[in-house]
This record gives sequence, structure tokens and C-alpha cells, in this order.
Amino acid sequence: MSEDDSNSISLPIVGDEETGDQEQQEEQERTEGDEAGDVLEVIDREVTDNGVVLYMKGTPEQPMCGFSARAAQILQAYGVDFHAVNVLDEEDKRDGIKEYGDWKTIPQLYVGGELVGGSDIMMKMHESGQLEDVFADAGIDYAAG
Amino acid sequence: MIEPNKIVDKIEAALADAEVEVTDLTGTRDHYEVEVVSTAFEGKTLIQQHRLIYDALDEELDGPIHALTLETKTPDATGENNE
Repeated sequence: MSEDDSNSISLPIVGDEETGDQEQQEEQERTEGDEAGDVLEVIDREVTDNGVVLYMKGTPEQPMCGFSARAAQILQAYGVDFHAVNVLDEEDKRDGIKEYGDWKTIPQLYVGGELVGGSDIMMKMHESGQLEDVFADAGIDYAAG
Repeated sequence: MIEPNKIVDKIEAALADAEVEVTDLTGTRDHYEVEVVSTAFEGKTLIQQHRLIYDALDEELDGPIHALTLETKTPDATGENNE
């Protein structure tokens, strides 16, 4: 057994896995009503049509939050082809994904339409080898682990 | 802002046997690292484990907690990396 949580992978852990509460409140009001329902449908299609989807702040090339950076780096380390959604660009999805996943923080990783977790969970599953199983079970091509 | 012991109380109220360690990452009482050891996590996936804690801290995550790094463990899984 070598599940050592404090082991050697050194990815940035600075930054915020933000719950995005404050400025969020205003957005919430805007996206409530019919629009909120549409967003959930769009997200549902997005996570179903793409094998691996990462909802994040910023882009994999230019992440705007340490947690999102770490999530994107983990996926890049596996060489998986993933669809990244920048919730800072697509503002309606910022609340939408929280509602869709019933998960309050961003980033969120979806594989085969299922929520895998945020960056802490991704890191844990990366260390334990479980992330590889998630890709394999969903029939996702990955290069390394 | 929220006092660390309030976080501990909330989690202990949800998971009776929980051992909770709270670290204030920034000294500003709103960015926390929380480590929880509980038998309630046994047989659960990581996302289910984290959900238990998120549910316990539901109100706090909507306000005073701005960032949360979470680590959940079962009593069996501890030991190897604790001194």
C-alpha cells in the first residue's frame, strides 16, 4: 500500500477553488427563470457529446485560478483529449454547472457524462491510479498516468 | 469569515465520529484546508465523501468560506502519511 497523499507530484495548489459567491449573486438573478433551464440542457448535451469535459476558470493555456490550473494540468499529463469550458467566458454556465452537478465549486471534471469531481478529487485519484480507471471505463484514450 | 471551530462543529454535527483538522490557509479566515477522518466515508467514492462535507458546510460555502481544499479519509486509510 502506498497511498501517500503528500507525495511528490508538485502542481500549484495556490489559488482558489472558489465558491464564487459574491459577484455570483447578481449573475444568479440574471440566469434564473427560463434561461437557467436552457443552460442545464446545454450543459447536459455538452457533457454527453464530449468524452471528457472540464469546466474551469480560464483556459488550459491561461488558467485564471490555481485549482483550475491544477485540474487542467492533470488532464494534460494523461494526454487525454478534453473539452475545456471557460466559465468566465460563458457566464451562464458558471452557475449552471454548479446546479447541474449539484457541486458548488469550479473546476468540475465530467467523464462519460458523469461528474468525477474537482481538483482535490482529481489529484487524489491521479495519485491512487483511479483516474486511469475512470478514463478506461469510459473508453477514453489516454497516454500515460 | 468564519471561525475554524465553527467548521469543526458543523462537520462533527453531521458525522459523529469525525476527526477534523482545519487549517486557515491565508490567515483571513475564509480560505481553508479541511481534513476529515470518519468511518462514514467507508465504501464511498471520493465524490460521495466530499459531498458529505459540502452538505455539512452548505450555508458556509454560500458565504463565509471562499475556498476550500478538502481531504477525506477513512480511519483505515490513515497512518501511512501521518507521523
